[in-house]
Amino acid sequence: MKWLKNLIRPEPLVLGNGKIVQPKMSIMVILVPIFTVATLFSAYIIEFDIFILLRRGYQFFVIVGRMIPPDWSYFPEVIGPLVETIMMSIFGTLLGAFLSLPLAFLSSDNIIKNKVFLWTNRMVVSLFRTLPILIFAFILKYIFGIGTFAGTLAIALFTWLIMTKMLYEIIETVDMGPFEAIESSGASRLRAFIVSIIPQILGQYISIALYNFEMNVRSAAILGYVGAGGIGLLLNEKLGWRRYDQVGLILFALLVTVYVIESISRLIRTRLS
Amino acid sequence: MSETVLKMYKKRPKDWIVKWGSFLVIVLLIAVSVPYVDYNGLTDYGQEIAKSIIFGIVKPDLSLLFDFSTTEAVPYLLLETACIAFLGTLVGSVLALPFAFLSSRNIVPKWVATIGTFFITVVRTFPAFVYGLMFIRVTGPGPFTGALTLAVSGIGMTAKLYVETIEDLDKGIIEALDASGCNAIQKIRYGIIPQLMSNFASITIYRFEINVKNASILGLVGAGGIGYPLISAIGAFRWSDAGTLLFGLIVLVLIIEYGSGRLRRKLATGI
Repeated sequence: MKWLKNLIRPEPLVLGNGKIVQPKMSIMVILVPIFTVATLFSAYIIEFDIFILLRRGYQFFVIVGRMIPPDWSYFPEVIGPLVETIMMSIFGTLLGAFLSLPLAFLSSDNIIKNKVFLWTNRMVVSLFRTLPILIFAFILKYIFGIGTFAGTLAIALFTWLIMTKMLYEIIETVDMGPFEAIESSGASRLRAFIVSIIPQILGQYISIALYNFEMNVRSAAILGYVGAGGIGLLLNEKLGWRRYDQVGLILFALLVTVYVIESISRLIRTRLS
Repeated sequence: MSETVLKMYKKRPKDWIVKWGSFLVIVLLIAVSVPYVDYNGLTDYGQEIAKSIIFGIVKPDLSLLFDFSTTEAVPYLLLETACIAFLGTLVGSVLALPFAFLSSRNIVPKWVATIGTFFITVVRTFPAFVYGLMFIRVTGPGPFTGALTLAVSGIGMTAKLYVETIEDLDKGIIEALDASGCNAIQKIRYGIIPQLMSNFASITIYRFEINVKNASILGLVGAGGIGYPLISAIGAFRWSDAGTLLFGLIVLVLIIEYGSGRLRRKLATGI
């Protein structure tokens, strides 16, 4: 039992100068049991079954194996939906980024002094910001019908909310000197915001818009699954038909697109900062 | 206005080329992308759906929200979603460890690190949902598939962030331990693990936060969690129920985001 006592209350250490130090109990003594219980409980809830994994797990690699080599002749049919996906992301991101500026203005605590108004704005933003983009798209499909409009709107809404949060966090850290100077010369708060704060945040604003664009291209690729336009529809269809060589080509095309867009975006963002 | 102000105003930077250039680029991008967005107006039920769902979020159905007896009500579905995310994150972060060490330039030779980084980038490109579509054909529908999907799709991002931490390792500490006569195991225990632990924990918690959101959409392919009841509620015209489910999801995500933020701040500033 000595090791147990040692675990909870370790032996005091005697230093060279005769000082006695009592080491703290390791945090692991609390964390390990909690994690063990949580893991076992989760495994029970999700019906963890190692035998299915052992019996069927290799199938995943069979699927991946059948994607190589991709069916190159399928490429011409992929271009259309791929371009559609990118265009949806471009328009959605632009719209969302454009709308996020006024809402961020209304949610920054160094500009809006009315606490009730401020927190109402923030609450609405964070309520809807937590929803994944695919769920937005799914609901919007029922409202606006199948097609790219629902997908674009989902991207725009999602970008709008998430950029608003990122922006007001930036606005709250800017130098308020110019803002106060311009306000004291008789300008309205909105005018002072446009003249003094927007130039300060413009670089970061473009940078987060580009970052969101990168993420949106990735997520736009799956929006087609719920019928909201783009390449996701093809992906689901080909997976359903088990044409894994064509799935491989779609994934490859997506990989190249995302890589190119990320490289361009990163280039612009490093230039900006 | 005073003389100096006017003088400085005349000397303001003449950046109209940049301004008009960016304006033109944006107009061009809009002009190119708009034709791809086809607006066909609302569907027959459009307005009603929007109204019911928003109404359901603002004023959730309490009997569905606090029903602890069945597996079809909100509490169990949220628990299942959180469990999928928890196990997926745990397994995923363990799986990411070897990939992370094999991709760090200060641990392995450069060519090995390049291959590792390439692999991580490829895994990271595809959203979890794509893996979900594949795994559903491997282990069939159910929450187990969801956890498996999150474990595999999480490798990319987790390993990428781990690599950044590993490449920041301070070698001086290890040399100091070496000088005081520690063996290899002691060097790892007292020199390397304490340096990595808090960052790794922080990354894993962040991944858990993302995985909760991912777990909620994996239900759309039938991989458990709150996603499937959500889409079937919308499909079956039970829109206010869908609103209630969304309300539950929002509360879960907000709680986890808050907890994760607190924990990570604590880890960053030292326990």
